[in-house]
Parts: sequence; C-alpha cells; structure tokens
Amino acid sequence: MKGIAPILLVVAVLAAVPLVVHSNTALNFLVITLLTALAGQGWNILGGYGGQYSFGHAAFFGTGAYVTAILQVRYGVNAWPGFAIGIAAGALVGAIIGALTFRAGLRGSYFALVTLAFAEVLRILASVAPVTGAGVGTLIKLDLHASALQFESRAVFYWVILVLLAVSLVIARTIENTRFGAWLIAVRENEDAARALGVDAFKVKLGAMTISAAITAAAGCFYAQYFLFVDSGIAYGTRMSIEALLTPIIGGAGTVFGPLVGALVVKALGEVATYVAGDAPGLNLIVYGCVLVLVIAFAPRGLIGLVTGAGRRLARGKREVAHG
Amino acid sequence: MAESLLAVSNLTRRFGGLLAVDGVSIAADEGRITGLIGPNGAGKTTLFGLISGFIPPNEGDIRYEGETITRLPTHERARLGIARTFQIVQPFAGLTVRENIVVGAHLRHRSRADALAAADVVGREVGLGGMLDRPADTLTVAGRKRLELARALATEPKLLLLDEVLAGLNPTEIREIVPVIRKLCDRGITIMMIEHVMQAVMSLSEHIFVLAEGRIIAEGAPAQVAADRGVIEAYLGHGAAKKFGAQA
Repeated sequence: MKGIAPILLVVAVLAAVPLVVHSNTALNFLVITLLTALAGQGWNILGGYGGQYSFGHAAFFGTGAYVTAILQVRYGVNAWPGFAIGIAAGALVGAIIGALTFRAGLRGSYFALVTLAFAEVLRILASVAPVTGAGVGTLIKLDLHASALQFESRAVFYWVILVLLAVSLVIARTIENTRFGAWLIAVRENEDAARALGVDAFKVKLGAMTISAAITAAAGCFYAQYFLFVDSGIAYGTRMSIEALLTPIIGGAGTVFGPLVGALVVKALGEVATYVAGDAPGLNLIVYGCVLVLVIAFAPRGLIGLVTGAGRRLARGKREVAHG
Repeated sequence: MAESLLAVSNLTRRFGGLLAVDGVSIAADEGRITGLIGPNGAGKTTLFGLISGFIPPNEGDIRYEGETITRLPTHERARLGIARTFQIVQPFAGLTVRENIVVGAHLRHRSRADALAAADVVGREVGLGGMLDRPADTLTVAGRKRLELARALATEPKLLLLDEVLAGLNPTEIREIVPVIRKLCDRGITIMMIEHVMQAVMSLSEHIFVLAEGRIIAEGAPAQVAADRGVIEAYLGHGAAKKFGAQA
C-alpha cells in the first residue's frame, strides 16, 4: 500500500517556493500551473483511474467558477460558503451528466463526445442567460480581505491553491488504497469482467464522476476568486476541457502525481514558446498538440510511466545480472 | 427432494432469427459438479451469459436458492454467490496477478488489507502463488485460465460457472488443474462447467447436460450420456451412432 509521505514531501517543497521566489510574474505562473494541475487531477480520477475519457470537464470548471461568482455578485453570499457551494454545484452537474451518460451505457468516444456536448450547451446557455451576465460576463467586486477570500499577496493565493491541490492528491492516493479504487480501476481495465466479480459498474463510474467533477469545480471556484472575472468562454470553453485532460495524460494518467507533472511541463513549455515566438494566438495549442503527439508516441503511460518503467527495467536488469 | 441450488426452467434467448437457447431447463445440485457439454455453437456460453446476467432472456425463469433472479443485474447475482469465468479470458491486463484477484476479494472484504490477504490465499490455492506480483498480461494461457479461476473464487461463490477453463491447456496442465477443481467441490462449492475436454468432464461431473442447437438433448450420469445415440450423432454426425453400436 502506498502512503502519503511522498505527497507531504512534494507539498512541503512547493509550499516553500514563495519564501524564495518573490517575483509576481513567477508566482502568477505557478498559481496557474497548480490551478491547471488541480483541474487535471479532477479529470484524472475519472479518466486516469476510471478510463472514462471526458472531453467536457469545462462543464464542472465553469459551474464552479460561475456559482462562486454569481452567489457573491447577485445574492450577496460570502465568498467562503460561495466557494463550497461552487464545488458542490460542480459535483451535482457531474452526477447528473454521469447518471445520464452511464445509464445510457455510453463508453469510449461516445462518452467523450457527449460530455463535450454538455460543456458546449452550458457555454451557449451561459453566453445568453441574464444570470451569468450573458456576453459581458460576471465581475466580482475587488475586496482584498481574507473574509472575502481575496488576498493582496500572490503568495497567499498560491498557498490556497496548493492546499486545494494537496487535498486532491490525498484524495487520489486514498482512492488507490480503497475498495472503491480497486473497483474503479477494474472497470477501466475490463468492465464486463468487473461486473462478473460483483462490481456495480454504474455506481462506481457515477461516484468517480462526482468526485472528479468536484475537484475540477474547485479549480473553477479558485479561478473566479483569483481573476475576479468569469465569462462563458473562460468558464465553459473547450480550452479548459483540453487542459484538464492534457495534463494528466502527459504527466501520467492514473497516477497521483501525473496531473501535477503534466501541468508543470505543459505550462513551462507554453511559457518558453511565448518567450521564443512572441504572443502568437493559438501558439499554446500548437505546443500542447506537439507534446501530446510525442507523449502518446514515446511514453503512452505519461512522463511518470516513462520514469517508473525505466526504474523497473533497471531493477529487473540488476536482478538478472545477480541471478546470472 | 429439496430444490436445486440453481434451477433454470424453459429459458429461451433469440438473437434475431437465431434461437441460441431454446426452452432449456437444467439444474445444478448443491455440492456437486454438473457438466454442460455440446458441439460448438450449441449455446453453452449463451446459457452461462443468461445465468450470470450478462444477457437477458426472452422467456423462462432462473431460480437460485429458491428465489427468482431472472431480472437481477450481473453484479447482484455475484453478490448472491454466482461467479463465472470467461471462455475468452478477460484479465485486467494492466494490473498484477494479485491486483486482479483483489478485485474479486473486495466483494466480501471491504478493507484493502483483508482483501489482499484473501487474494494471496486464493492465488496459492489455484497455483499462482509464485506469480502474484507479475503483470497479468505476462501470464501463459494456462496461467490466465488459473487467474480467471482465482478471481471468480475470490468472490467466495456458492455457485461457480466454469466456461472452458481447460481449453487450450496441454495434458500436463490439465492434470494439474483437475484436482484443483475437485478440491473446490469438496470444499462445498457447487460447480457447473462447460468443457470440451471429455476425459476431464466425464471424470469430474456427477451429472451432465448435453446441449445441441440450443436444446437439451440428453442428461444423466457421464457413462449414460456418452452412450446416448442422440449425443453421438450431435457430435459425430448422422449415422455415427449406428456405426459405433450405441444403445438407442
């Protein structure tokens, strides 16, 4: 059984970064990276561990962002409960989409397309509904107090997203060590065989989708608090859906640290590309596409799979030498 | 006499115009090994699919421990104690042998540690003790068949449906696994097995049903079934029974 010691270590190292790095640009980059990692971790629970490839995680990200923003702006709810309700609303949307798609028996690319469709429908609705501010979007009033979940210092925001990410890492590890996780992975590997062994595949997938949606929604809630602005393109646009699935696939789907590694690599490469080529529109997407092709061709189990695979081969080689 | 552990009555399943299973009634008595034989395409695997809940029947009734289970989903039947293996092995290829078995063990053991311990016991019981940490996709055919058996056993079933666990094994491997199956029966697990390896199924089963073209054409003790004219003709063709001088 794998413990949480590596998680504590990684989080401790990351927590120390703002003590050394004071540049706002650098901290901003790290906040966005961790935000992407968090959204990716949500996808990873359903896609990485459960094998259900969603193309529409923006549906949860956007719901979290909008609910957090709208509750504050239109209903005068405090940001803290607003944040929690945003997560719950994302989980609810996940449960509803999950119930509909899994009940209909959608698998593989059909599931992917239908989740994408749900996110697009939400995007279109958000772009016209008065409650979301329609095309104008929703702006949260600047109020730099902890009571409003806004902080003057980037470092504090960084620690907030780090805490959220840490929780998501612990959730992933816990899933690995429980019956639910064993069943979820079994469903990924072979759903029929899992059912024959008493696994209620529908319930397991629905549970995974709900947890998955809640985590990605948390990233959306944080986005709203950090940027204080949400519109339909940001919240429900395909960009978020793509980043949420790209980071775990590149880092290593179905591993605890896959989304974090993937987010660091993807975001760093995006920055480098921007630095080299200037701010050409769509450049980041080209970079993502290239990285994705390379990873799928040469490291189908992601960067983490590449490293652990090499480690295992090395260990086996040593054993063979010892025996020979 | 008390009702059998499993009683299938008048079960029918059509695939379009094909009657795959046609009014089949069979039973598995508690604590015994029941054989299900028949030529290729007879509907044996479909019948297992119906009993385990993968395929809904068009007509008929399945009773287990005296209760009707005809409409229960597969996973609930597994919870009631019906386990099956697949003719075409279905390992969780990306997992180790132990992780494969643990999935089954979790049905009765919520805690990870208990399930792991139970999986190790089952793994040793079927002769996979030395391979628990190997990835499942590195196993040989014989190993994969054992893994199918181990996973099903780990669910601690009362009724075990074995779909050709001996197919594709060499004589040595068959000799190794036959006692394992017999031991399971001695432990009180009721077994129904589809098998083409006649020597094994004849020696293991107490009662045999013969299925051909979706219908039960004979049943009885192994020797009785082997001498049946209809059975010989179903396997070897029309007129074969006369040639071999079988009883009418």
